[in-house]
Amino acid sequence: MCGMCGFLQRIPGRRSDLELLARMTARLAHRGPEAVGRFHDSNVALGHSRLAIIDPEGGAQPISNEDGSVWVIHNGEIFNYLELGRELAARGHRLRTHSDAEVIVHAWEEWGRDCFTRFNGQWALALWDSSRRRLVLSRDRLGIRPLYYVTTRERLLFASEVKALFADPAVNRSLDPAGLAEFFTFWCPVAPRTVFEGVREVKPGHLIEVGGKSFELEERCYWALDFPLRGAGSDRSLRDAAESLRARLSEATRLRFTRSDVPVGAYVSGGLDSSVIAALVARESGRPPVTFSIRFTEGELDEGRYQKRVIERIGTEHHEVLAGCDEIGAVFPEVVRHTERPILRAAPAPLYLLSRLVRSRGYKVVVTGEGADEVLAGYDIFRELKVRLFLARAPDSGKRPAILARLYPWMARGPSSTPAFARAFFSKELDPTDPAVSHRPRWTTTRSLLSLLTPGVREEVAGFPVEEELIARLPAEHTSWDPVARAQWLEMTALLPGYILSSQGDRMLMAHSVEGRFPFLDHEVVELANRIPMHFKLFGLEEKHVLKEAFGDLVPAEILRRPKQPYRSPDAASFFGGGRVEWVTELLRPESVRRAGLFRPEAVEGLVAKCRAVGGSGMSNTDNMRLVGVISTMLLHRQFIEGDGGSCETFSGNGRVSGEAGHSPTRDGRSRPMQGAAQISDTPAGH
Amino acid sequence: MQDVRITSGTATIKSDVRQFIVRSFLFGDESTQFADSASLLQSNLIDSTGILELVQFIEETYSVIVADEEMIPENLDSLDNIERYVVAKRAQQPI
Repeated sequence: MCGMCGFLQRIPGRRSDLELLARMTARLAHRGPEAVGRFHDSNVALGHSRLAIIDPEGGAQPISNEDGSVWVIHNGEIFNYLELGRELAARGHRLRTHSDAEVIVHAWEEWGRDCFTRFNGQWALALWDSSRRRLVLSRDRLGIRPLYYVTTRERLLFASEVKALFADPAVNRSLDPAGLAEFFTFWCPVAPRTVFEGVREVKPGHLIEVGGKSFELEERCYWALDFPLRGAGSDRSLRDAAESLRARLSEATRLRFTRSDVPVGAYVSGGLDSSVIAALVARESGRPPVTFSIRFTEGELDEGRYQKRVIERIGTEHHEVLAGCDEIGAVFPEVVRHTERPILRAAPAPLYLLSRLVRSRGYKVVVTGEGADEVLAGYDIFRELKVRLFLARAPDSGKRPAILARLYPWMARGPSSTPAFARAFFSKELDPTDPAVSHRPRWTTTRSLLSLLTPGVREEVAGFPVEEELIARLPAEHTSWDPVARAQWLEMTALLPGYILSSQGDRMLMAHSVEGRFPFLDHEVVELANRIPMHFKLFGLEEKHVLKEAFGDLVPAEILRRPKQPYRSPDAASFFGGGRVEWVTELLRPESVRRAGLFRPEAVEGLVAKCRAVGGSGMSNTDNMRLVGVISTMLLHRQFIEGDGGSCETFSGNGRVSGEAGHSPTRDGRSRPMQGAAQISDTPAGH
Repeated sequence: MQDVRITSGTATIKSDVRQFIVRSFLFGDESTQFADSASLLQSNLIDSTGILELVQFIEETYSVIVADEEMIPENLDSLDNIERYVVAKRAQQPI
């Protein structure tokens, strides 16, 4: 796992700016602290910072084919590289190393752009085919590894993280109102959009080719999520579905555990998914695996009791980190510097602390249970959809809510414990013909945060029809899918890559040079799971039923039986919970808010007063989102718009603020809140 | 006399609760309009925990105790409903 970056010049022959390449690479040092490499010719410059996991001796990058006509830099892993390498060798390719990166260039030579359909892995890569003068950017199917790009007058720049793009002063730094609209709806921007104007992200399952005189970017999809017709496969038995899932998930875990030349650890959350993966790892390795967990001081968030059951049953060498409010508040500015997007929950911060623990114990690869809730319909949003559609079939029935409350005690821990309010809640925006009926309440709740923005910014942001844009991306055949499958598609297209795998995934792991591997997101597991009849995934309202059936013998009974607990961390309490987090006071004071120009200072003042009054605890879900959203957006603005993202000096360790960049007016004298000082530059960015 | 007092109290209830909502849930955003009859939940003005904040406000402001079984949309989910509920509730108990 690594960081990668580079650029393609619009006009070949000009000398590549190697100093720029060095600056870009240096900004990714946390992703790959062990080696740097570069390649450049008159067209292209490729930079790589390496975290050596496969073939530590031979796998340096950039790496080329036999005659040096194809070069690649690569972040991630192609897990089936051994099989692909044998196949390519049989077809006459000569491989010099035992690295997965070298396989990529030969696969490109052999199969062209079809090569990506043969990869099993998680990757973001840039490949330079010098004889065809084509640059290829490709990203894995589900968006596990990040890849951004931007064009300027002189070049196309690309990188694993936005901060490397901002190393080029010609790249405009301003917030994109459309990206913010997506954040204030879906919790995250949806690729290709980012929250930065002109900066684009390669879509999961896509590649982009660019080159030649026109310098046009050609985007191609090589893989897309697909679901069967509603009710298909209903003649299959549960046993058959469970056995096929068990076989495929075991193989996916084996690949991710064994394809590494350094030791691999495992995360244990106390939930079902990570327990299954840890148990499979233990079975594969034949000796006690090394496991890592987050603990919370807040009783209702802490899953220590369940984690203990799992590690006792499996027998692991266990490490844990205690994520207290003070620690979360203290690292939060660093967390946002890594997420490079605003967030609505502080939940990424404990994962930042966890990867720090992993690294301090000498590990740089972990497998986790990430993805199971999307792939096997584990989230409450899928169950709520079933409840809501059940209500919709008899809108005037007074009995249905009461029946629900009696049949499904989990509603007591849901949005409301009283049936009448539960009914009111579940009936919100309940139009069964709406393709996004599952997600509308969440989106609308999130959009209520728009009222915090200044009128001008709000007007710019609110007008983008981002919900309809996302729905329009549904494949035409979605109308014949199960409604839960449609909800899964929405979840796996927006929140999974945009938040779960990014802000809670890659970014928190790579902040401490740790690679995450996710067996549930093996594309063959996903394809298999999508074909499992829906009622085996969501059995009544019991989530991931088929997974429990498949692995009941490997996981403690208590873990199988426990109700699903969504991963949460303290939110507002991390900033107002007694510990003094001084930078928050400075960041949210009216002058700071006014200077950034994004939020109404009086709204932030009111929100802060409300949080202070209760020490940040017992606040509503929406208020917690409001607060974390304001803090993270303000941090992002300060670090990436006022600053250029290149330094973590914005807040020094004692909580004092350094580098008080002023809010520069534009040439017409008007204050432009979405834009930073670099905006005055004449250089156009974007497409 | 009693009629007059209740009428003036009624007008205050709606505007008091409206002010509370604008202050506590909209953080002073006056541009979000909502009718007296609008469902607070359906209009996303208040989430489920917000209802509890509203109950606390009603209890403290009008010196009433909202029983668990009274926490239903018919009593609390619009300005009209809240007013009707508070008036009835106050009529039940000595002032």
